[in-house]
Amino acid sequence: MKKLIIQFLKSLRQSFQDLLPIILVIAFFQLVVLRQPVPQFGEILAGGVMVLVGLSLFVQGLQMALFPLGEEMAYSFVRKGNLWLLLLFAFTLGFGTTVAEPALIAIAEEAAEIAATGGVIADVAEARDRYATGLRLVVALAVGFALLVGVIRILKGWPVQYLIIGGYVGVVIMTGFAPKEIIGIAYDSGGVTTSTVTVPLVAALGIGLANSIRGRDPLIDGFGLIAFASLTPMIFVMAYGMFF
Amino acid sequence: MDAMISFGGTILDMLMDVLPIAGILIGFQVLILRRPILHPARVFVGLVFVLLGLALFLEGLELALFPLGRLMAEQLTMPSFILGEGADVITAFTWTDYVWVYVFAAAIGFATTVAEPALIAVSIKANQVSGGTITVNGLRFAVAIGVAVGVALGTFRIVTGTPLHWYIIAGYVIVIIQTSKAPRAIIPLAYDSGGVTTSTVTVPLVAALGLGLAETIPGRSALLDGFGLIAFASLFPMISVMAYAQISEWRTKRNRDENSDNSAP
Repeated sequence: MKKLIIQFLKSLRQSFQDLLPIILVIAFFQLVVLRQPVPQFGEILAGGVMVLVGLSLFVQGLQMALFPLGEEMAYSFVRKGNLWLLLLFAFTLGFGTTVAEPALIAIAEEAAEIAATGGVIADVAEARDRYATGLRLVVALAVGFALLVGVIRILKGWPVQYLIIGGYVGVVIMTGFAPKEIIGIAYDSGGVTTSTVTVPLVAALGIGLANSIRGRDPLIDGFGLIAFASLTPMIFVMAYGMFF
Repeated sequence: MDAMISFGGTILDMLMDVLPIAGILIGFQVLILRRPILHPARVFVGLVFVLLGLALFLEGLELALFPLGRLMAEQLTMPSFILGEGADVITAFTWTDYVWVYVFAAAIGFATTVAEPALIAVSIKANQVSGGTITVNGLRFAVAIGVAVGVALGTFRIVTGTPLHWYIIAGYVIVIIQTSKAPRAIIPLAYDSGGVTTSTVTVPLVAALGLGLAETIPGRSALLDGFGLIAFASLFPMISVMAYAQISEWRTKRNRDENSDNSAP
């Protein structure tokens, strides 16, 4: 218990250090450039403390529960040697971590709000929720697909640039056909998907696989999953915009 | 009271979101791989932490970071700030009126990226895997510079109202050219750093900046122009990380050449 508290305090300090540059930038612009007091200081302070504690708890929880589970499994699958199970796992991992992504939830809600005020969907809570949930599911599906293909790439040892550049040619073609309103959201969803939950899990999976397969270099073959997982959501979301 | 109800709702949402992850990992481990879970109590406490942490984090974002980011973007783009005291509406402006917006975009892009825990994790892994050739801070700063340039250029695009896809396509042409020239081992990592940058801290602030800008500048729509900043933040780190590797390689080569020149009779 005592160890846990010390760990949490450390993680809290780390989170504070991570957030400090942002606090400095905001304070500089607010006080020096804009020369205005910070409005609703109490609320912002309370919110800031919540973000800080929330992030620390979250990171702590990942290290206690999700990391050890996820890391051990990358090796277990290679030892087991069943390709179909590994592919099924890669897909479900991509899908599951993305659906729960806080950044994606935030951006999907913003996107639904904008779509509602822009008249793309009805401006009622139900329609907004449906739009946001639909967007999240499509992005999650895209990330699941990306991990599936990315794992096949590691097993086969394909160079990453063919997949990525090929994918971006797909993005450019889709941009020509997708409705204008969805393009910005689609491009953003690519960056949003791969954040704090997904990245370390996926990086561990890729490096673990590359390490345990003979002839694969962890630097050349282990990385690249995240890039592919950032790319497919753009294509999938533009398709969502074309059919929804 | 409202805050409590809203927090309860967020917790419920989180429960719906975290359960699938836990289900996937535990389901595969126990049912398919048939291996016991090590330290089940620790894992359970960790899952509760993840749940509580996510809920607190999202509530805090709604309370502080989102409104603050939007407010600052609005204040920096207000007519009275851009055109001086007494101006009420922005009618005529040039892109140079928005210099502070670009500086803010670059600073906040840099700061949020250096703060990004996912990037720290990947940098540490890359450092280990590369045997120390890639330094943790070198990679972090290379990525942060890429995000700073990307977000600043992204705000410039919103101010000028030029089409998003031309920038993105031009950026990817540069990426393709660099891919053929840069050291082979850096390429997957450079591609990955594009996705890593835009994580828990960067996305809300950068998205709020873009939306705030689009709402205050006349003739911009939040839907068309507000989004897209994050795409810039994902694209430019690829260029800056490959450039970082190219510069390191060039310097090593130059040093080697100088040394061999010196040793020549």
